[in-house]
Amino acid sequence: MREEELPVASSLVVLSNVHVGDGYWHVRIRAEEDQLLAKPGQFFHLKCPTGASGPSYLRRPMSVYAINRELGFIEFLYKVTGVGTQGLASLQPWDELDIFGPLGVGFELPAGSGRSLIVARGVGLATMGPLVGGLVRNGNSVLAICSFRRPEAEVGLVPFELAGVEVHRVYDSDGSSDVSGLGRLIDDLSRVQPFASVYTCGSARLARLLSGLACLSGVPSQIAVEQRMACGLGMCHACVVPVCTPVASTEAAGDTGISETKKAGVQTKRVCCEGPVFGLDEIVGCWP
Amino acid sequence: MLAVSNRDPGLSIQDGPEGETKDRDGLLATACGGLELRSPIMPASGTFSHEMDQVLDVAKLGALVLKTTTFGPRAGNPVPRVSETSDGMLNSIGLPGGGFEHFSESTLPKYLHYGSPVVVSISAETVVQFGQMAQALTLPGVAAIEVNVSCPNIEADGKAFAMSKSATASVVAEVRASTNLPIWVKLTPNTGELVDIALASQNSGADAVVIANTILAMGIDAPTQKPTLGNVMGGLSGPAIKPIILRMVYQCASKLEIDVIGCGGIQSGVDVAEYLLAGAAAVQVGTVSFVDPTALVRIEDELVDFCRSQHHSSVRELVGALEIPGHSINTAVNQMDVAP
Ligand SMILES: Cc1cc2nc3c(=O)[nH]c(=O)nc-3n(C[C@H](O)[C@H](O)[C@H](O)COP(=O)(O)OP(=O)(O)OC[C@H]3O[C@@H](n4cnc5c(N)ncnc54)[C@H](O)[C@@H]3O)c2cc1C
Ligand SMILES: Cc1cc2nc3c(=O)[nH]c(=O)nc-3n(C[C@H](O)[C@H](O)[C@H](O)COP(=O)(O)O)c2cc1C
Ligand code: FES
Repeated sequence: MREEELPVASSLVVLSNVHVGDGYWHVRIRAEEDQLLAKPGQFFHLKCPTGASGPSYLRRPMSVYAINRELGFIEFLYKVTGVGTQGLASLQPWDELDIFGPLGVGFELPAGSGRSLIVARGVGLATMGPLVGGLVRNGNSVLAICSFRRPEAEVGLVPFELAGVEVHRVYDSDGSSDVSGLGRLIDDLSRVQPFASVYTCGSARLARLLSGLACLSGVPSQIAVEQRMACGLGMCHACVVPVCTPVASTEAAGDTGISETKKAGVQTKRVCCEGPVFGLDEIVGCWP
Repeated sequence: MLAVSNRDPGLSIQDGPEGETKDRDGLLATACGGLELRSPIMPASGTFSHEMDQVLDVAKLGALVLKTTTFGPRAGNPVPRVSETSDGMLNSIGLPGGGFEHFSESTLPKYLHYGSPVVVSISAETVVQFGQMAQALTLPGVAAIEVNVSCPNIEADGKAFAMSKSATASVVAEVRASTNLPIWVKLTPNTGELVDIALASQNSGADAVVIANTILAMGIDAPTQKPTLGNVMGGLSGPAIKPIILRMVYQCASKLEIDVIGCGGIQSGVDVAEYLLAGAAAVQVGTVSFVDPTALVRIEDELVDFCRSQHHSSVRELVGALEIPGHSINTAVNQMDVAP
């Protein structure tokens, strides 16, 4: 096996595809060797089969939820929202699914024994699956705050349980997901032991909170973002997001979207190949 | 340009891998718009970049048609920049980029080592700017200039130079005066005067016309009562447009002396054969690469298989070889011209 993975498009056997509650499904697929090298935060582009609402033409981006290199499978956790994900939900064991990846730049994992904070909400937990295991394997301790609409909507917690990390569940239904309360909670927790790294996905409200907390100021913080895609490979410039990091020079940025658009007064990056993981302040800093 | 069908039913295909490769190279090799091409299949502007070399051998593509570069920097359009339709997609990317100077310093060099002919696509807001860009981009390693007069997003209400015979003629004449490289003019299908505009391009010095860019379209998401694209309108591409563009290629090829390059909705090697039969000398392949990242390789393989199964020893035998029972191809086109 090579250490650097190249994306591969291939039709692969579905091992299982089950409804795990509240419109979320969990699919397990036999994957190719190169695909099993996917890193936490990377994604695949899925060619969804025709489902209840008919065919979809473009591929659909999905984060890797779990990888098992020994047994050679990969998992996605997805919420059925439209025509493509309805098609995914129609998959039966032994059907084939065409997946393309791994794609994008994933999370940077610190080496060493720091304490990491993961704050995720809803479907954003899917993206955190491989991260939590990776952090623990690297020797970090992890504290996770997982936010849901209500207890029945809890999904994506298995990787946290398998990694044996401390999880605080908060809900809209009892008001515990309220940002001011969460801000105080994170403040208290960081007083006990400061955080060395922060990761978030799935909620703009939570991202804004983390970016503004004094106790996390200066702590390396990363966010995984979503944007509509066509190619998934950096070619079409469909998937841009505004970013607010100054770029030192054109040479440093090469011909990425950021250097091209910098001169036009707006900086953008392509989520599919320069992300989906970015620095938290890079993203939140451009929000109005 | 239409040629007479010239099948060789007695073609024997050599055995062995070496013979096969030679045979394949000979079968695919062609000439188009002033260039010798290894294959008639090349990527379409805006749907290809060097990132594709992660999935296929870019050096093997017929030519490398680069994303359109504009005169000055452009931020591009608001998101969503793409949406899906049945059998295709809409896009309003808005030609983001740093302008042609940044392009020639930072982007172009990334494409010069592959060895495939590099075709630079340019777009500008005035005739003079087109000329300045063509001159500045007449650089070592650039094989041809594709003049994108047709992008429907850049002018207000989707209007573009390519909507007008005289505006297209002025742009092409200015570019002709500014470069000695072959000029390909990429036209819009959003006009009833396509053949006349193609003729105007030819008469102003074009070496080929690319038929065509995307079809101006829009999508609406009924539940949210919003357009599906941030820019409201955008260009339709993909298999949905193939029959329309195929017809346009057929109409233009029968009237033009210069080469026609077909572009619209190609998904397979047989689609390429259809475009060649309609009169295209070569083709460009766009949207399908988003769905099937290695489509350019697959399509070439399928074209080779098709030619072999039909006993053609060269793709050139297909060009314009459409057979219309009881008609010569020119009569058929003339009849279409007078139809309501
Ligand atoms: C990098 C990345 C990782 C993702 N990971 C996951 C995941 O692990 N689990 C999960 O449930 N969802 C994930 N998503 C969101 C998922 O891609 C969309 O829910 C899905 O594309 C919806 O498709 P649809 O046809 O069912 O919905 P429709 O609304 O019918 O889709 C219409 C079009 O919009 C696009 N689209 C709709 N919603 C989104 C969105 N949120 N992000 C990007 N494109 C969208 C679709 O791809 C499609 O082209 C991720 C998105 C990105 C960008
Ligand atoms: C996302 C996207 C971006 C495009 N950008 C350009 C461009 O920069 N310049 C251009 O001349 N055509 C551009 N096109 C049009 C294509 O080159 C091509 O003409 C069109 O998509 C039809 O071919 P297809 O159906 O094979 O995609 C773009 C098309 C798409 C889908
Ligand atoms: S989806 Fe095409 S550049 Fe990101």
